[in-house]
Amino acid sequence: MPNNEQFVRFDKVDKSYDGKVLVVKDLNLDIAEGEFVTMLGPSGSGKTTCLMMLAGFETPTNGEIYLDSLPISNIPPHKRGIGMVFQNYALFPHMTVYENLAFPLRVRKISKEETDKKIDKALSMVSLTGFENRMPAQLSGGQQQRVAVARALVFDPAVVLMDEPLGALDKNLRESMQYEIKHIHESIGVTVVYVTHDQGEALTMSNRIAVFNDGKVQQLSSPDKLYEEPVNSFVAEFIGENNRFSGQVTDISNDKCKVKLDNGSEILANPIAVKSSGEKTIVSLRPERALINTKEKMENNFKGKIEEVIYHGDHTRVRLNLLGNKDFILKVPNSSANMDIKLGNQINVSWNSIDARALDLK
Amino acid sequence: MSSETQKILTTDGIPLEESLKKAERKNKIIAFLLVAPLLLFIIITYVFPIGEMLFRSVDDRMVTNMLPKTFEAMKKWDGKELPQEEVFKAFYLDYKILVDEKRHGKLATQMNYTKNGFKSILKKLARKQKKFEEGNYKEQIMSVHKRWANVEYWRALKRRSPSYTYSKYLKGIDMYENEDGKIVQVPEDRRVHKILWMRTLNIALGVTILCFLMGYPIAHLLATLPMKYSNLLMICVLLPFWTSLLVRTASWMILLQQQGIVNDFFVWIGLVTDDTRPEMMYNKTGTFVAMTQILLPFMVLPLYSVMKTISPSLMRAGKSLGGTPFVAFWKVYFPLTVPGIGAGCLLVFILAIGYYITPALVGGASGSLISNHIAFHMKFTLDWSFASAMGLMLLSGVLLVYWIYNKLVGIDNIKLG
Repeated sequence: MPNNEQFVRFDKVDKSYDGKVLVVKDLNLDIAEGEFVTMLGPSGSGKTTCLMMLAGFETPTNGEIYLDSLPISNIPPHKRGIGMVFQNYALFPHMTVYENLAFPLRVRKISKEETDKKIDKALSMVSLTGFENRMPAQLSGGQQQRVAVARALVFDPAVVLMDEPLGALDKNLRESMQYEIKHIHESIGVTVVYVTHDQGEALTMSNRIAVFNDGKVQQLSSPDKLYEEPVNSFVAEFIGENNRFSGQVTDISNDKCKVKLDNGSEILANPIAVKSSGEKTIVSLRPERALINTKEKMENNFKGKIEEVIYHGDHTRVRLNLLGNKDFILKVPNSSANMDIKLGNQINVSWNSIDARALDLK
Repeated sequence: MSSETQKILTTDGIPLEESLKKAERKNKIIAFLLVAPLLLFIIITYVFPIGEMLFRSVDDRMVTNMLPKTFEAMKKWDGKELPQEEVFKAFYLDYKILVDEKRHGKLATQMNYTKNGFKSILKKLARKQKKFEEGNYKEQIMSVHKRWANVEYWRALKRRSPSYTYSKYLKGIDMYENEDGKIVQVPEDRRVHKILWMRTLNIALGVTILCFLMGYPIAHLLATLPMKYSNLLMICVLLPFWTSLLVRTASWMILLQQQGIVNDFFVWIGLVTDDTRPEMMYNKTGTFVAMTQILLPFMVLPLYSVMKTISPSLMRAGKSLGGTPFVAFWKVYFPLTVPGIGAGCLLVFILAIGYYITPALVGGASGSLISNHIAFHMKFTLDWSFASAMGLMLLSGVLLVYWIYNKLVGIDNIKLG
């Protein structure tokens, strides 16, 4: 497969609805052919607007969007050949499943046999064979969702857009649909642009995730990098759980810096977004990177008081008062249950400087 | 598990099924008693008077009761030649009683509906009969007026002998039962009702179509515009609703008359010259324009309520799947608005087919409808039975439309909101 690295390309795209506020600011984003890219962000961050611009329902105020190196800003939505799955499925309620799927094929004047073949294939892909003559109202939410996915794929579009398609499903169904969509993507190799505000969904499904905030892409990288190596405090805060210390850089070398915290203690951290000493910073540390009572030698060792213990089955969440941070969270694996985790106890907490990322102030 | 189903008993030993029924019966009686006053109210104020009025259309007992002996004597008469003396005698005796009781005027009116010219000869007979001598009433009656010797008048009298008649319905469709008892059309120059029915149907259909063509885009705008504009538009649609019907019709009279604003405007832009101002009132045009405007909200509101429920993402889906905006509209949006179209069209059509005030005021002669004709018979000729026959025919027409609609679209698909 010829892998076009810039199959979908947002080039300096701005969007404003009222001429006063930019909801999308100077967006540059390349999506490779066959890739599954998720736009993740809180509501109002501009991710849906981006999707709508790509689908053709909104026009960029500035800049250009390219699809397979063709500028598409002036192409109306029905000529773009982009499949779309809507938040509320948008199945045509007066048509059967078959007619819903036949709609994109009929407007393309595809022959009856070809239509039947394609619909069969699409329905078997979402394991709904035999449901052709049902009306959408006779289907459960999950089945409607699958029909919507099949309909977006049935005419072999180059790109499929999905706008929070699983938002209305219950938790179990949502998870199984995540895997299903992921497998469909893997098996047919279509380019998918997915919008969600659910980070779990994004981490499960995507090749790459674009984290949106305030009309800008904060970070675009693979799920693991996003989690392990957030580049700013918004991403660190938004993806997964996060312990934060605010302070000031007192000393900085190549891969380490000293941060003086607000309560006076000093910790060693990994300088990501800080350049010089004197800068204010927020140090971010993932809960599972801090260990208690470990025998390993680590650069940061402090004592904290246990404020709360919550049993979670496979792990135990412990809230500590550590270095002036009353909400310091630790995740203790279940295998280490023999340790001295009791309310009010003082315990040793250690972590390496590389995991404590000194980020911007937000 | 036992194969026999055991009867479940309550603690008192009564089968549960029975005691449940007992409890439910009590509830049912209470429920019925709660609605009984309303039911009574509807029967007294609605079913009874309307039924009474409609019954008049077939009720012909008035004449039957006035001339009992006459009709009894006429039973043997074959109706070919002038009847025998006994019929004349019976008629004289019946009529004498009516004259004595001063009820003969009603008979004259009634008989005149059946045959023109009856009124005058009955009145003349009333004056002359005082001097009648006993015996040979045939000669004496025929000498009062030469029409009494005309067999057609006697046939007309015989036709009124049954207690119930459908002659009013025949009259309503320009037919009558002729002397031989056959149902034939009235002479061509007297077929006024057919013209009226066709005109009513035409105008009702035309107004429905015009309302649909104008109402659909308005309803669509209402349903899709942002709140602050759609509220304003909604007020514009509803404002005429809140204005008196008479005021609205009168304002159309001001606008449409020959020296009115619309004509002034036409002259000003040079569409017509001052002496060729078109007549837009007191004819069909006036009826069309005013009725369309007045009935428009009845089309817009059901359409709006249906369109409001159609998610805008459906149109987007249609477009993203490759349908041109027209295809997306025609295949996706339009079919979903059909329930609203059905409701709106049915509502407007039914209202238009029985519309009274507007055609009465701006319709003139060529723009008056069947309802105006009914009112005319109620108020001026006082032929209430004919008015009620026409009313019932109108009602059956509406029911027919409803039935056809149900067959074509299905009444369950109607949505009024």
